[in-house]
Amino acid sequence: MTSARPEIGSSTIDSVRYAEVHKPRSELVRFPENAPLKLACGLDLKLFQIAYQTYGTLNAQKSNAVLICHALTADQHIANVHPVTRKPGWWENMVGPGRLIDTDRFFVICSNILGGCMGSTGPASFKPGTQTPYGLDFPVITISDMVDAQARLIDHLGIDNLFAVIGGSMGGMQVLEWAARYKDRVFAAMPIATAAWHSSQNIAFHEVGRQAVMADPDWCGGDYYAHDVVPKRGLAVARMAAHITYLSEEALQRKFGRSLQDRSALTFSFNADFQIESYLRYQGSSFVDRFDANSYLYITRAMDYFDMKSQYGGHLAEAFRGTKTRFCVVSFTSDWLYPTRESRAIVHALNAIAANVSFVEIESDKGHDAFLLDEPDFFKTVSGFLNAAALRRGLPASGAA
Amino acid sequence: MSSGDLFVGDAVATPRVDHVLIAEMVETGSRVLDVGCGDGALLQLLNDSKAVDGRGVELSREKVNACVARGLSVIQGDADRDLRDYPDQAFDYAILSLTIQATRNPKTVLENLLRIGRRAIVSFPNFGHWEIRAALLTSGRMPVTHNLPETWYDSPNAHLCTIRDFADLCEELGATVEQAVAFNASGKRLPIKWSLSLQNLLGEKAVFLLKGHGKTG
Repeated sequence: MTSARPEIGSSTIDSVRYAEVHKPRSELVRFPENAPLKLACGLDLKLFQIAYQTYGTLNAQKSNAVLICHALTADQHIANVHPVTRKPGWWENMVGPGRLIDTDRFFVICSNILGGCMGSTGPASFKPGTQTPYGLDFPVITISDMVDAQARLIDHLGIDNLFAVIGGSMGGMQVLEWAARYKDRVFAAMPIATAAWHSSQNIAFHEVGRQAVMADPDWCGGDYYAHDVVPKRGLAVARMAAHITYLSEEALQRKFGRSLQDRSALTFSFNADFQIESYLRYQGSSFVDRFDANSYLYITRAMDYFDMKSQYGGHLAEAFRGTKTRFCVVSFTSDWLYPTRESRAIVHALNAIAANVSFVEIESDKGHDAFLLDEPDFFKTVSGFLNAAALRRGLPASGAA
Repeated sequence: MSSGDLFVGDAVATPRVDHVLIAEMVETGSRVLDVGCGDGALLQLLNDSKAVDGRGVELSREKVNACVARGLSVIQGDADRDLRDYPDQAFDYAILSLTIQATRNPKTVLENLLRIGRRAIVSFPNFGHWEIRAALLTSGRMPVTHNLPETWYDSPNAHLCTIRDFADLCEELGATVEQAVAFNASGKRLPIKWSLSLQNLLGEKAVFLLKGHGKTG
């Protein structure tokens, strides 16, 4: 799909983006028409596909598979060069040969979530049998729908029981859903910097982002694909606002303070005088080159709808009753998006059923994004938890760590 | 929360005497909750010697992180606040080693322990030890001994008790004392046939194995 109006932006990147939607440079599994995905909203999603990456080798017992669930704006490219941005994978400091999630020991799987725009079926995908993108005809999906779609992929890979399911932020929500919906299939679960329900503040920030997208005339009521435009300004603003929530006030102050951007004095204009402005503008503009605006709407909606407590009759513990999974819940002190008390609520629920749970709060001033960064105490937690679980599972001990 | 850092990295030091006693009381393969598990020394000992399914609760974030990093299932939590979450009889043993004296509400903590565990094991420093009695009598100041080394204003021990005091609390709560072992400063077990008064005088620390009056226990 090429843009007929190159003045809108980089048409090359646009076409690459849609190429990843339809023909991703990833492994791909297409589910036949007679195997639709039953969605929480009541609809059946027919002829859906899941794009995924794998690293390492599945052992003969199929007991070393680790599923990593990605966050809102990430994708399946955790430990390889990203096909669109050409940047390193988003968790290369964690996943790889000899790394903590060691691809010499584990068979690591990461799939693009349902509703995403990197090859799994989402609003930018064509409706079955047409060349027309779903747009707003795509059904509103939930975190549990994403997890059910992943489970179909895991079935396809012939794996009964995952050694570990690991994820941060929205990835952590998927981990919780995995542990609740597929109790017999998850040996160890690591929900990181996450919550069992979206708070009012979480919903509020997402609503700001969605309204920014929808207020962009280029959104065209969600049908921008047909008009060869992209609501770049709206999506960039959404990303800028969201990005602030991923950082802590201390981290912003330390990194940028009131420093000026390539100038020695204020310009008395609305140019990006401050480094923080320039930084956010860059974050916004680079995001729109790799992400579909409607995907952003659908995924944020799925997160807002996420509430495992109400899903299980007002008792979060009921979600996990009967579980044999080993849990390790991790939060970060300066994460105000999913603060420690949200993790503690998960731990309380797990304690109420005497589940096997570890809970660590990591001291960090880097905010929510700390889980993506080099935090030595976090790394020690991941390593200790996975090694102990591997021992119980009868997997070979780690050479590294 | 608990005193004594016996483990440095993975190098195993001589286990603490009360830990050895506790490990003797615990049946192999049982489910254990160690409340105030510190750096995980007891859990590790129970893992290694009794193959328990062990969990820990610890107040100090740094110690929790150290426990999880060495592969133990430990949560950051507070004995006073977080024990009520656990269901009745969830564990074979709920253990409180050298921790009860540092809790805000020892009676509630012990009640919870007796409820959560089919058995409770509690070790504590004995404030009735003759050295402490002598120090208080002669100096007129809060005793500072090698067993209780902090000054009164530095001490985390808000609720010190004697062996007799603790036995009284157990009685009040309707708990059966199945074993009570005291040991002296050199870690030597006092003869079990000695009277409680004598144990209370010569025991520096004590370990009690308790059974609640629980509905299902």
